Amino acid sequence: MLHGLPLLSLLIWLPIAGGVGILAVGREDADRARWLALAVAAAVMVASLGLWFGFERGTASMQFVERVTWIEAFGIDYYLGVDGISMPLIVLTAFATVLVVGAAWEVVRYKPAQYLAAFLIMEGIMIGVFSALDAILFYVFFEAMLIPMFLIIGIWGGPNRIYATLKFFLYTFLGSVMMLIALIYLRTEAGSFAIQDFYGLQLPLATQTLLFLAFLAAFAVKVPMFPVHTWLPDAHVEAPTGGSVILAAITLKIGGYGFLRFSLPITPEASMALDWLLIGLSLIAVVYIGLVAMVQEDLKKLIAYSSIAHMGFVTLGFFLIFRILGGSGSRDGALLALEGGMVQMISHGFVSAAMFLCVGVLYDRMHTRRIADYGGVANRMPVFAAFFVLFAMANAGLPGTSGFVGEFMVILASFQAGFWYAAIAALTLILGAAYSLWMIKRVVYGEVRNEQVEALTDITARERLLLGTLAVVVIFFGVYPAPLIDVMTPSLDALFRLVVPIL
Amino acid sequence: MKTIYLLIVLAPLFGAAVAGLAGSRIGRANAHRVTVAAVGLSAALSLWVLYQHVWGGAPVFNETIYQWAVAGGINLEVGFLVDRLTALMMVVVTSVSLAVHVYTIGYMHDDAGYQRFFSYINLFTFSMLMLVMANNFLQLFFGWEAVGLVSYLLIGFWYRKETAIFANLKAFLVNRVGDFGFLLGIAAVLMYYGSLDYAEVFAAADAAPAMTMQLFGTEALVATVAAILLFIGAMGKSAQVPLHVWLPDSMEGPTPISALIHAATMVTAGIFLVARMSPLFELSDAALSVVLILGAITALFMGLVGLVQNDIKRVIAYSTLSQLGYMFVALGASAYAAAVFHVMTHAFFKALLFLGAGAVIVALHHEQDMRRMGNLRRYLPITHVTMLLGTLALVGTPFFSGYYSKDVIIEAVALSDRFGAGFAYIAVLLGVFITALYSFRLYFLVFWGEERIDPHAKAHISHLPRYVLPVMEWPLIALAVPSVVIGYLTIDAMVFGGFFGNAIQVLPANDVLAIKAESFHGPFAFGLHAAVNPAFWLAVAGAVTAWYLYLRNPGLLPAINQRFAPVIRVLEQKYGFDEVYSKGFAGGGRWLGSVLWRGGDQSFIDGLVVNGTARTVGRIASVLRGLQSGYLYHYAFAMIVGLLVLLTIFVGSSRGWF
Repeated sequence: MLHGLPLLSLLIWLPIAGGVGILAVGREDADRARWLALAVAAAVMVASLGLWFGFERGTASMQFVERVTWIEAFGIDYYLGVDGISMPLIVLTAFATVLVVGAAWEVVRYKPAQYLAAFLIMEGIMIGVFSALDAILFYVFFEAMLIPMFLIIGIWGGPNRIYATLKFFLYTFLGSVMMLIALIYLRTEAGSFAIQDFYGLQLPLATQTLLFLAFLAAFAVKVPMFPVHTWLPDAHVEAPTGGSVILAAITLKIGGYGFLRFSLPITPEASMALDWLLIGLSLIAVVYIGLVAMVQEDLKKLIAYSSIAHMGFVTLGFFLIFRILGGSGSRDGALLALEGGMVQMISHGFVSAAMFLCVGVLYDRMHTRRIADYGGVANRMPVFAAFFVLFAMANAGLPGTSGFVGEFMVILASFQAGFWYAAIAALTLILGAAYSLWMIKRVVYGEVRNEQVEALTDITARERLLLGTLAVVVIFFGVYPAPLIDVMTPSLDALFRLVVPIL
Repeated sequence: MKTIYLLIVLAPLFGAAVAGLAGSRIGRANAHRVTVAAVGLSAALSLWVLYQHVWGGAPVFNETIYQWAVAGGINLEVGFLVDRLTALMMVVVTSVSLAVHVYTIGYMHDDAGYQRFFSYINLFTFSMLMLVMANNFLQLFFGWEAVGLVSYLLIGFWYRKETAIFANLKAFLVNRVGDFGFLLGIAAVLMYYGSLDYAEVFAAADAAPAMTMQLFGTEALVATVAAILLFIGAMGKSAQVPLHVWLPDSMEGPTPISALIHAATMVTAGIFLVARMSPLFELSDAALSVVLILGAITALFMGLVGLVQNDIKRVIAYSTLSQLGYMFVALGASAYAAAVFHVMTHAFFKALLFLGAGAVIVALHHEQDMRRMGNLRRYLPITHVTMLLGTLALVGTPFFSGYYSKDVIIEAVALSDRFGAGFAYIAVLLGVFITALYSFRLYFLVFWGEERIDPHAKAHISHLPRYVLPVMEWPLIALAVPSVVIGYLTIDAMVFGGFFGNAIQVLPANDVLAIKAESFHGPFAFGLHAAVNPAFWLAVAGAVTAWYLYLRNPGLLPAINQRFAPVIRVLEQKYGFDEVYSKGFAGGGRWLGSVLWRGGDQSFIDGLVVNGTARTVGRIASVLRGLQSGYLYHYAFAMIVGLLVLLTIFVGSSRGWF
């Protein structure tokens, strides 16, 4: 029944239309803009649940497919569809946008209609990125995404926002130009811009390597991987709370998604030949960035660095598959690594969103992100403290929270590639706990530090609802991740088959 | 049965949720009612389960509760394995927990976080039950980390106290170091035995006992690697040298949890783990030697530190470290049953000692320094008597429970021919003297001698609400009974009677308890045997020394302290572990993080590469800007130069000039 509806188009264009509508009618009346934005975000959320429940499990083929010719002369189609890899990411996007609208409610006073509109438009574009099956369509969404985020940071950002936006824009733009060249080249080889036609082209290794590097330039920046990660802490620090939530929860995932959709299946031999690079950078992310996160003095920078470290597990899981096959020879082990990376992406979406919302709650009250300005928050905000500790524990990968699942799977799998991969990756157990809980110690516990902390009031019903919802999700997927893993397994398995026949 | 097991686990989870989420709405009394009732139910049902397993012929229960996920073709499940080992642990956990719950009503009577505390200890009971009832490594790890979480929350319960929130962070991080090994151990098990389910893993290990893997450039036995990695986890949770540093600091938490978590139950999780994994550990003599030697080091050297502590709780904490060492010595000697037996007896008498200490602390209005106590038997008669019983059990007085469990360990080590057993035997024997010395030092300093109590604290004793002392004393009495008799009653069955069945597997060649069983003629004869037993006389010597030094002739102490000043300084600094860790690891980690951040991210990547690129682009642009002067003759000149260059190349290459 649902397959008859152009559900994906709805998911893309409803929020964009809603955003434009808010710009049209909500500029005078902030309340109207808020309610309208909430209604749109909620409608998209409901529609995305239609995607989740209407999605057929147990198959790897694309679903909810829509395809019409767009630019005939170049063979570019408006071609949409989802599999088990992209579908959960779309639901995550819809979920995160509802949170952002809720989090902005009374807090954003400067041009609230434009703020909300930017996020709704952003939502549509990001869903477009995840559902595009035509390479040029993907590229258009991929680039378009920069604009609302550029505006969000540039207009509602902190004092140093111009530096941050430029850095953010140039970093990501440089990467994606390379990708465009790669896509055009692939079009000449495959005869179409459909991404799936790029698979199985049997390109020579030298060509594959160039293509792989082009994709790497685009996606490594997004993830971000060491050493092209330095834009992220700056962007987070300057971004408003909602911007940070979307950056961490969704846009970083586009990098990971790109590796799965483009790099691995299109250039499998190059992926294998260069896996040492990706694995090395991922492990650096876990250890180096983990250590750097520990010494941050700014709450948002700390969480930004911890995001990079967590995303290291994503890329580690994706690119370890060749070594696992070479090590233990276990296809199951390799699949475990892929699934672990994917689960880590989803979980990180929830946990990092929650962490940034928590920082937002504090920032709205104290207007500082410096850890040293806090201390003893639990005395004044016990309910908030309980949430913050819970999410910090999830950030540290505590079993029973979603943060555990992906890391656990990737570490188990990496042992099969070799003892040392697992040993280095498992250092996250110590480092993750160190930076998360040391921060908690300094912010939440202790005597009330100063008068500003003394004057704090505990979270409102609205904030309680936001954080409570996230807490339920984080615990649910920690206690019962099967629904999530079941959705993605067939697609990852199919992807895996595309990648490894070369062995 | 499945329903019963689920009920045992879920009742405390429910209690924790009610007290935690609705604590302020239902009020203090209702919070303790619901949590005590939940644990009471669990305890009653656990007793019934144990009864069914021992006398009712209940079969071993090994079933999945629900499927957590299927990932990479592996079944990841939540499931219970209940055999006699598990059933016994369930009874120990829930019964001590029940005593502690009741006691808490008194101990925390004036605390603002009353409901939160009850919520946490209910949650702890749930987590600990999940740990001991697991039938697979995933759930084991879940319980393992969950008890760590609750321990973290409870050590830092008084979160305004700087020492408490330092201690809980330290506890969590040190445990994470252990978990680092533990998780790698689980990964090794999965890779080589192809499953996370206990039964399947043990079967696979049994089928390929000599399987090897490459590590550090050599061939290593898989069983050795996996067992040692898992043992690293056990070292963290059960506070064995060198991961012991968190346990003394954990005393910053309220005393009821010192008794429950940091003496009776959670810290014995490592012992339980090794006992549960006996089919795996038995395959590796090397791993068992590691267990044996580290256990012996802990047993001896941590006991010594206990001699110089003045905080009543820290003395008991070091005693706990030392006793945990004894248990690992037993495990290392393949005397698994003896280790679990000591876990049980120790749970009762050590919880008793902690709760007794807590009663003293509350009566004296949170005074913990033994130098400001003395002669308290006059004011706290019931606490005094029960603590005396606990002390007698701990030092190994014949016919008390601790006598049986400790003596079996000492004799098992004596019979073991494993590498390190000789050293371990000496360590545990000397440990007996030291145990008696610090235990009676505590006893005499607190309950006898001159009154050194602060007048303000003394006045507090008579100002306590009427219900407080009784509600704390009843659990003391309840724990004193098993502390005295449980060893006598159960040694025969539990250590020599094959009580654990297939839950614990020992290779015939390693079975020291079987040898010992030949000379065992009942608990009474075993008790009389003390007269010809060096351990007994060492304990007597320790007690007499304590009496002489702290009661009979305390004037001698300053001279002794002076004579042994260097040794005492080493002990007071706890061999310098804390110093090295805080400077080396914590400080080093922060230093490295700063260097990488400032040097790597800020100076190199951002400063040189990113902003450097931007600057270079800017500089090139400004040069190029100079070229676009707008004057026609500049452009014409450039064109002519260009043409000339091209011509030269063209002509030159065709004539072979280059």
